[in-house]
Amino acid sequence: MSFDLGLIVASLPDIARGLGVTLLVWVVCVGLGLALGFLIAVARRSGGRLVNWLLFVPVEVIRGTPFLVQVFLLYYGGPFIGLSLDNLPAGVIALSIYAAAYYSELWRAGFDAIPKGHLEAAACVGMSPVQTMTRIILPEMTTLVLPAMVNMTILMLKETAILSIISVPELTLTVSALGTQNYAFVESFTVLALVYWALVEICGAAGRAAERRLAKYRFA
Amino acid sequence: MSWQLFLLLVEAARLTVILSVVSIGILGFLLATGVCAATMSQNRLLRGAGRLFVSFFRGVPLLVQLLLIYYFLPSIGLDVPSEVAAIAAMSLCTAAYQAEILRGGFAAVPRGLVEAAEMVGMSRFATFRRIRLPIAFKLTLPGLVNEWTMMLKSSSLVSVVGVVELTRMAQDLAASTYRPLELYAAAGFIYLCINVVVALIGRGLEARLSWGRV
Repeated sequence: MSFDLGLIVASLPDIARGLGVTLLVWVVCVGLGLALGFLIAVARRSGGRLVNWLLFVPVEVIRGTPFLVQVFLLYYGGPFIGLSLDNLPAGVIALSIYAAAYYSELWRAGFDAIPKGHLEAAACVGMSPVQTMTRIILPEMTTLVLPAMVNMTILMLKETAILSIISVPELTLTVSALGTQNYAFVESFTVLALVYWALVEICGAAGRAAERRLAKYRFA
Repeated sequence: MSWQLFLLLVEAARLTVILSVVSIGILGFLLATGVCAATMSQNRLLRGAGRLFVSFFRGVPLLVQLLLIYYFLPSIGLDVPSEVAAIAAMSLCTAAYQAEILRGGFAAVPRGLVEAAEMVGMSRFATFRRIRLPIAFKLTLPGLVNEWTMMLKSSSLVSVVGVVELTRMAQDLAASTYRPLELYAAAGFIYLCINVVVALIGRGLEARLSWGRV
């Protein structure tokens, strides 16, 4: 077995471009997923039983089925119901919805963990619902759910690799193509694994640093 | 979608279940106990190796691990069917996650109980077998069940290297019948059913483990 890194070095610009797409897709999907997940959690909490149930079903279906199948359903099945999407938007939409389902559960757990007394106290001192949300619920919840959120966000980074299967030109696809063109699969995938590993470790370290900084706000 | 197509999917789901049982339930779990023991060991080298294993296999997407193993094995002269590469990748990946879950469980065993066991003169082995292991098992069960369902879903990725399990079968049928919508929805439904069964088994086990609350 020969291990030739020359061609990896020669194609660094391509790899950087793929990495850029991966990071972009990741940031966009995490952002959309966090926001949509938050809306789902709020709606399920305060929208009454019917809304809660109507949202419970899709959330559980998305959490209970493989992301790959969801991507295939949207990308290959979509055109049959008039939803023709290019691979990049299809991937971003699918991953955002997938992320939203998971994040909504984390947000929900965060809401539930806030002591009732704190909300009552906020109401007693005359805070408006918006003030209660921005000054009590959000900060308390953020410190509580941060570790789980960081985990989920790292998981999302790894999920972006799946989008290579529908030919989104992200890191995995770029490097696989290098492997195929040069018949250098082992080199390519080793480098690919190391890049993801480094990214995940960096995110993990950043998450731990954020947790340490926010630890002083923790009440429980 | 016709009944025959659905039956073909169910037939293919059998391989999904077999792959999961072999790699998550047996190989992955056994490997995880070893890795967990390594990360908790007094030996620095062993501990470092265990941590490196966990960090790598949790830090790299399963798809990438799978492709790496799939192409790596032939390059060192091991010409194995893609099913073997799939099982190897799934076992290694889930072992890293399960090792962390187990480690968390052992770390959460209340110190007082272990000290009490030592006080009444239990040997180290007896303490492990009668106190730490059963309590840790009970504490980790929900996490392990969760890992099962996550990994079962990830098993869809092995379709990429040509293992004809549920997802690959749905893909092949979708290509030949031009009905991706129904086929992927049906595949998703079958995954959902399997996951519900796994969750129910997990809940049943939890209910049966009635030895006190910790």
